[in-house]
Amino acid sequence: MARLEIGQIIAVIKEKLPGAVVEEVLDGVDPFVVVKTEQWGETALLCRDDSRLGFDLLSCISGVDYPEREEGPEIEVIYHLDSMVNHHGLTIKVKLPRGDPRVASVEEIWRTADWHERETYDLVGVVFEGHHNLVRILCAEDWVGHPLRKDYEPPDSFHGIKNVIY
Amino acid sequence: MSEIENRNPDPLTKNVVFMSAIDDVINATRANSVWPLTFGLACCAIEMMATGAAKYDLDRFGSGPFRGTPRQSDLMIVAGTVTHKMAPRVKRLYDQMPEPKYVIAMGGCVIRGGPYVKHGYHVVKGVDLLIPVDVYIPGCPPRPEALLEGIFKVQKLMKREKILDRTRRTTKPEVYQPV
Repeated sequence: MARLEIGQIIAVIKEKLPGAVVEEVLDGVDPFVVVKTEQWGETALLCRDDSRLGFDLLSCISGVDYPEREEGPEIEVIYHLDSMVNHHGLTIKVKLPRGDPRVASVEEIWRTADWHERETYDLVGVVFEGHHNLVRILCAEDWVGHPLRKDYEPPDSFHGIKNVIY
Repeated sequence: MSEIENRNPDPLTKNVVFMSAIDDVINATRANSVWPLTFGLACCAIEMMATGAAKYDLDRFGSGPFRGTPRQSDLMIVAGTVTHKMAPRVKRLYDQMPEPKYVIAMGGCVIRGGPYVKHGYHVVKGVDLLIPVDVYIPGCPPRPEALLEGIFKVQKLMKREKILDRTRRTTKPEVYQPV
């Protein structure tokens, strides 16, 4: 297959899943599309299995906390997809409500997602529904809170060790 | 009472008896074979490895054999960031080392949290909150020469050891106890 431009990639997604792409931002260094949260699972499957897209590699999953958005407090999950076959990439964002951020797990689609989703859960608090083992990966098992949330306050002490702030 | 055969052929030293305090003999052997625990937590461990490798050659001072178990070590070089997740393990390894034991805090992270001192929610702000520390080596990371100097300081401390005084080096009770 051949390398596709970003517009052609979006056209393929729109052709197969009309209504999945809710927003496109194509200017800037890293053009991205925003996918409807409910349709993220089937979009991910399409991205991997459609031979024109052929996204066989999930490079990264990031979570970003936006507590002061005009639309209301949000958490964005950003997926960077790459195709080793077609030599193109795509950035997909999913916007979640900050109070109850839930999104479908893509661990079954890309094995990379297993630890990446655990990390996003650990640090930002996004719940990936369908993940087989969604536990903390970086912080200690009994850590309280999600440290990369903007309103996170570190604990005064952890297991009796004072957390001195100088 | 049998006589020990004196095989020394040198007439000048043939009948010289060497006398010394037992402390000095034991301390000399101990200080000249410091066995550190292989214990790298972050980037300081790279400098620790460089210190042990050919160029800086820690073996010259008897400290070459990095042991893989705390039960055979008498020096713990805490090299790298101690996180809250790692803290119980550090404490346990220290407790498993036989007395007398020494601790070197290597690098800024181990001394007071280093670059994580303000926003590092996950970093223990100084390993001396967990275990008693003998020698602090500042640097980020310290150069191998600095670590060598720290080991010399530990050797000096070892030479002050008294075999009859076994209470000095026990962990203070107010220091962190793991749950």
